[in-house]
Amino acid sequence: MTVVKIFVNYKESILNPEAETIKKALGRLGYQNIAELKVGKSFELTLADGLTQEQIKCEVNEICDRMLVNYNMENYRYEISETEVI
Amino acid sequence: MKFAVLAFPGSNCEKDSFYALKDVLEEDVALVSYQAESLDGFDAVVVPGGFSYGDYLRSGALARFAPIIPALKAFAAAGKPVLGICNGFQILTEAGLLPGSLQKNTAGKFICRQQKLVVANAQTPFSSRYQAGQVITLPIAHGDGNYYADEQTLQELEENGQIVFTYQDNPNGSLKDIAGITNQAGNVLGMMPHPERGVEEILGSADGIQLFQSLIDHVEVAAHE
Repeated sequence: MTVVKIFVNYKESILNPEAETIKKALGRLGYQNIAELKVGKSFELTLADGLTQEQIKCEVNEICDRMLVNYNMENYRYEISETEVI
Repeated sequence: MKFAVLAFPGSNCEKDSFYALKDVLEEDVALVSYQAESLDGFDAVVVPGGFSYGDYLRSGALARFAPIIPALKAFAAAGKPVLGICNGFQILTEAGLLPGSLQKNTAGKFICRQQKLVVANAQTPFSSRYQAGQVITLPIAHGDGNYYADEQTLQELEENGQIVFTYQDNPNGSLKDIAGITNQAGNVLGMMPHPERGVEEILGSADGIQLFQSLIDHVEVAAHE
């Protein structure tokens, strides 16, 4: 089976209040070494067998374009891996 | 004139909008399901507030794939008025009918209160009953109301007079204090404040009435041309 992990994050230019709040809360817990903290989303797709790498990339990019990513604020990357069915 | 108020799974202001239009403004209004595929016979559409599809993925991100959306896009493209309130604003940005997007409030909390707004443009189909610079009060109730757009888009919004309402004492971090904007053509308005919840003094404000009256004026004038 082919597994695609997609990571969607805010662009560098976007202030993320959620990440800032979590970073401050960690600071209150005593973790003072965190210079930067990012919060994003991850999606894991398990695809049907028999697709070429080209077909997979094409479909994943299309899914991100159409639904998973808002280009106004976010960008994305993904990793493709093969898993063995036990 | 006849209003359509859309209802998505998770909408929660469609009845408030229906009540404001039917009982306070005494206009003809119908609730239209997200599963409908036509807006024929309607003069204006309200996309109401709430948490459509649970705000899953992003606020408004999934509603834009509902069966009613192609009809909504055609309605807007025909120059007919569309008013998106709160989650309705978020849906309109996600659907590409309005520029920019709504992020989490910088204050890190959901904000629910009466809010003072400035009428930045009183020459739109939604604001002609107000005066430019007039300060009005409408309730806000949102967690993702922080308007963001890139520099170029913000400049275009200002130059084209697309910023209709701004906040006094910005509650959520919105750029340019933006509370409501139109599309370039001016017939689609998205706003975070709730005019439908500000239509009677007992609710804390009746300043929302003029917004709907402006819209009614606009449709009636267009009908006579």
